[in-house]
Amino acid sequence: MATILIPTPLRKFTENNSKINIEGATIKIAFESLVGQYEGLAKHLLDDKGNIRSFIRVYLGDEDINALNRDETEVKEDSVISIVPAIAGGAA
Amino acid sequence: MATTIHIDPSIKAFIDKHGEETFPYECCGFLYGSDANGRNITVAKRVTNSKYGDQRRRFEITPQDYLEAERYAAMNDLDLLGIYHSHPNHPAIASVHDLAKAMPFFSYVIVSIMEGKAVDLKSWKLKDEERVFEEETVLISQLSTI
Repeated sequence: MATILIPTPLRKFTENNSKINIEGATIKIAFESLVGQYEGLAKHLLDDKGNIRSFIRVYLGDEDINALNRDETEVKEDSVISIVPAIAGGAA
Repeated sequence: MATTIHIDPSIKAFIDKHGEETFPYECCGFLYGSDANGRNITVAKRVTNSKYGDQRRRFEITPQDYLEAERYAAMNDLDLLGIYHSHPNHPAIASVHDLAKAMPFFSYVIVSIMEGKAVDLKSWKLKDEERVFEEETVLISQLSTI
């Protein structure tokens, strides 16, 4: 099973687990499995159409999936997937 | 009910100094500590403002720096508890830009830098289950190092 690393701010939705083992042939399927298991994650990870939110970055190993095949990127048994929240803001 | 964040005076001084040094540009960094017995901030780390564009009113942290911050917390048995940044010549009020990408759980500490001098510090946190900021009660008091 692939491993998804959960960032600190979302661990309240995964019973404080920082690593989740998940089945899924692609990033999209793995995320569907993840939010199926932990429903509270859905609104923070996916938009109304079920796509990964624009302010969530996903890495497969050290590579941004946007540089691969986005949410159709293939996931293997030993894949490590990192969820990275975009951190940005500013005064005005 | 508003939450409370305890910040060690040395950490407040660290944030103030960072904001004053980078004025008129925004600074940013990570906040660590413990959430076990109230939210206590005992460690802060500077990070580069990677925003492409006008850094006088925007900041951004790269995914690589974020991942490094998570690793640092895990290796040092700390909780990654929030982000700080400065508002040069603006009040320490969270903006719509701050809200747009805010995550649950994190404290967003903002220091207001007016003409190069730190004048105010506030902390903001998303309300549970809502995309609305709530101001936290900030207590500046000595905390034992973890």
